[in-house]
Amino acid sequence: MASAPDIASDTMLDAFAHRHRLRPFEALPWLIAIAAFFVFPDYLALGAQILATILFALSLDLVLGYAGIVTLGHAAFFGTGAYTAGILAANGWGEPISGLIAAGAAAGAVGFATGAIILRTTGLTLLMQTLVVAAMLSELANKATRITGGADGLQGMDVWPIFGAFRFDLFGRTAYLYCAAVLLIGWLVVRSIVYSPFGRSLTGIRENVLRMHAVGAPVRRRKLIAYTISAALAGVSGALIAQTAQFVGLGALGLERSGTLLIMLIIGGVGQLYGAFIGVTIYMIAQDRFSTIDPVYWYFWIGLFMIFMVIFARGGVLGLIERVRQQIRKPSWNKPSWNKPSWNKPS
Amino acid sequence: MDDLLSAAISIAFHGLALAMVLYLISVGLSVTMGLMGFVNLAHGAFAMAGGYALTTLMSHFQLPFGVALVGAIIIVVLASLLLERLLYRRLYGGDELDQVLMTMGLIFMTVGAATYFWGPVAQPIHPPELISGQIHLGSRDFPTYRSFLILCGVVLVTFLWLALERTRFGAKVRAAVDNLRMAQSVGINTSQLFALTFALGSGLAALGGALGADLLPIVPGYALGNLVYFLIVVSVGGLGSIRGPFVAAFLVGTADTAFKYIAPELGAFFIYALTMAILLWRPRGLFGHA
Amino acid sequence: MEQAVMSNAGLETQGLCKSFGALPVASDINFRLECGARHALIGPNGAGKTSFVNLVTGVLKPNAGRILLDGEDITHLSRAARVKRGLVRTFQISALFRRLSLLENVTLAISEREGTAGDLIRPAGRHRKVIEEGYALLEALGLAEDALRPVNELAYGRQRLADIAVSLGLKPKVLLLDEPAAGVPSGETGAIIDMIERLPSDIAFLIIEHDMDLVFRLANRITVLVQGSVLVEGAPQDIAADAQVRQVYLGERTPR
Repeated sequence: MASAPDIASDTMLDAFAHRHRLRPFEALPWLIAIAAFFVFPDYLALGAQILATILFALSLDLVLGYAGIVTLGHAAFFGTGAYTAGILAANGWGEPISGLIAAGAAAGAVGFATGAIILRTTGLTLLMQTLVVAAMLSELANKATRITGGADGLQGMDVWPIFGAFRFDLFGRTAYLYCAAVLLIGWLVVRSIVYSPFGRSLTGIRENVLRMHAVGAPVRRRKLIAYTISAALAGVSGALIAQTAQFVGLGALGLERSGTLLIMLIIGGVGQLYGAFIGVTIYMIAQDRFSTIDPVYWYFWIGLFMIFMVIFARGGVLGLIERVRQQIRKPSWNKPSWNKPSWNKPS
Repeated sequence: MDDLLSAAISIAFHGLALAMVLYLISVGLSVTMGLMGFVNLAHGAFAMAGGYALTTLMSHFQLPFGVALVGAIIIVVLASLLLERLLYRRLYGGDELDQVLMTMGLIFMTVGAATYFWGPVAQPIHPPELISGQIHLGSRDFPTYRSFLILCGVVLVTFLWLALERTRFGAKVRAAVDNLRMAQSVGINTSQLFALTFALGSGLAALGGALGADLLPIVPGYALGNLVYFLIVVSVGGLGSIRGPFVAAFLVGTADTAFKYIAPELGAFFIYALTMAILLWRPRGLFGHA
Repeated sequence: MEQAVMSNAGLETQGLCKSFGALPVASDINFRLECGARHALIGPNGAGKTSFVNLVTGVLKPNAGRILLDGEDITHLSRAARVKRGLVRTFQISALFRRLSLLENVTLAISEREGTAGDLIRPAGRHRKVIEEGYALLEALGLAEDALRPVNELAYGRQRLADIAVSLGLKPKVLLLDEPAAGVPSGETGAIIDMIERLPSDIAFLIIEHDMDLVFRLANRITVLVQGSVLVEGAPQDIAADAQVRQVYLGERTPR
């Protein structure tokens, strides 16, 4: 028996089994983040927001890109986390790390409770339910003026220095590094979930939920767990924004927040982990640039860009990169040369 | 007791007026979503365009109300046909997320364009003398314009129902909503059907937006701001139905109006909660297809 | 109440009934699939064959009757619970995890069976046993060369084979094959027939098919279903000779 098939099969298995290993390009976002710290010292406040929003987008990618749950209400969890951290800081407990944890726990609880009710549906019905949940929370926040500040927003947040030593400075340096560190942890969490058997089963649910039932998977439970974890991470990102801006407004729970997050992720590329990094960065930098040049027309041009992307660049930036890569590669990369099995002869 | 009755009548009346506006705008969305399976988040933009067109034709071109209204509808219908052909057509049967991205892009563009041309202030509507003021019905006075609105709504609902049930066009739409593949194999030109239905839906939306300008103010953020209510009417009513959105619009309209009288802070919350409850009970909507 | 030492059928239904309003899709179906059986379910279009599979696997809830798997009453169990007990099906239209690779498709099934699919922490790549078992399965079925290709890129005939491979990854005791050769070009059906013929003898299979050549080649027992009721059941040659069956299939090519 020739050894060629065995070597080839081993290579195949290794390729498959080593998908989770860190590859060189995955250091790129972090190198860029570190470089940006030194190269753009005047933009660190924006940078911190971008980093926190990337975490938010990662949380959405987990349910949308990997589990296939289309939601327009993810701001519900972001806002819950933001208000949790904000209310704590405005009422005497400004310790940031514990604020993050409380925010994550609160948002996770909301995610679990609402997910248990609405995840039994799919499609437009589910989309509506996610919208409605966020809208209800927004109304609640609007009415509970004494606690949340209502339409004026939550004032009087006093966030303590991190570990008692690192004050939030005016230049946003502490904020930037704080958000970067939390994003790093969040990214590691999402990345390991995505490559775990659980994460693989989420892609199965996305690709063919009927078949997942037919292979014995507890589909509802898996979806709920993913939704809860995603909600918790979104809550943490909300808390980051609240703590670094020292303010929370109703927009944190709004449709526009959920909608633009979805757009950012789609622009970057859904279900591929790094779409979050790319999409958020592009969108937020563009928005920042436009707000200085031409604030009124931001909507028009970003809208045009989005339509342009749908027509010419399906699959977002990552999809575009993938297509370019495939053009460059020779098309014969997947034809191994061992013998075909005997059953292939005509019967 | 008399006060209660009076309040109830007021609520019913104004709620019905709001319901008509919501219905006119949303019925097109319901049919096209049921027919094309296309998540058109930008549908509200056609209603908004109807409102802007009406005010511009009246104030800038000095056209009388009736003519301007017809003109506004025609403009929006033509624009929607163009958009359908150039943009929407590419994404039928495609990925949901692409549809979301595209329609959100359209909304954003309309927000920008509307701000550029008309600024952020709500457009004022000046209906003609004939339908302004009050009319006397029984022992009460009702605003004439709202009565006109309700009348329009009733006429159009009847017309739509007749069109759907009694015409060949309607039969084709019903067939295609029921089973697109079968409809195609029976020789129905679904591509043309989509375009016509889309145009009809947009035209109705423009009418609703134009007539309903004092209930739903014409501002640049119209499409995004009212999106949730339009989607509620459509999803609670049931996709592809024309009765469904009517019932749903009635529920939303009267609930919203009732709460404005009774407890203004709770109105929206109640409607959202009601929506959630109905969708849990009937995921396909009240009149949705099984 | 036990001790009646009657051998358990692999799969059994007793008085299974289901109707959609006035339309009956299953009328008092009493069916036995013996252990290790090679059984076929045939019938004209609309007879209720796929509905039967849907009822047995839990996709549809019966209006009346019982379903027993190896003697155990599974009538009220969830779909996933039935799969865990060894009742596995394939689908009439290929139902694979479209954009995932063939190997991934199979390992998803295997890891569900093994119970490792809920693991949130260890990378899937470290569950080497699952991967090797998946690859070995593909090798045994002649699909190994496509292991890393997304299944939606495979020829349809290979996709149907992949469908069966995924089911086999679950180590079924009873396998319900819903028209495994449906939609497959005649040049590629040979591979599917081969695969079914070579199924281990401890798996009982029920194959729904319209292609009579396939049925006669693969089955040693046939049940004929017409409008939700069992018309007749028996050995292939008896079914072929049965006048009622001929009548039901009037216009179809008489099987040899």
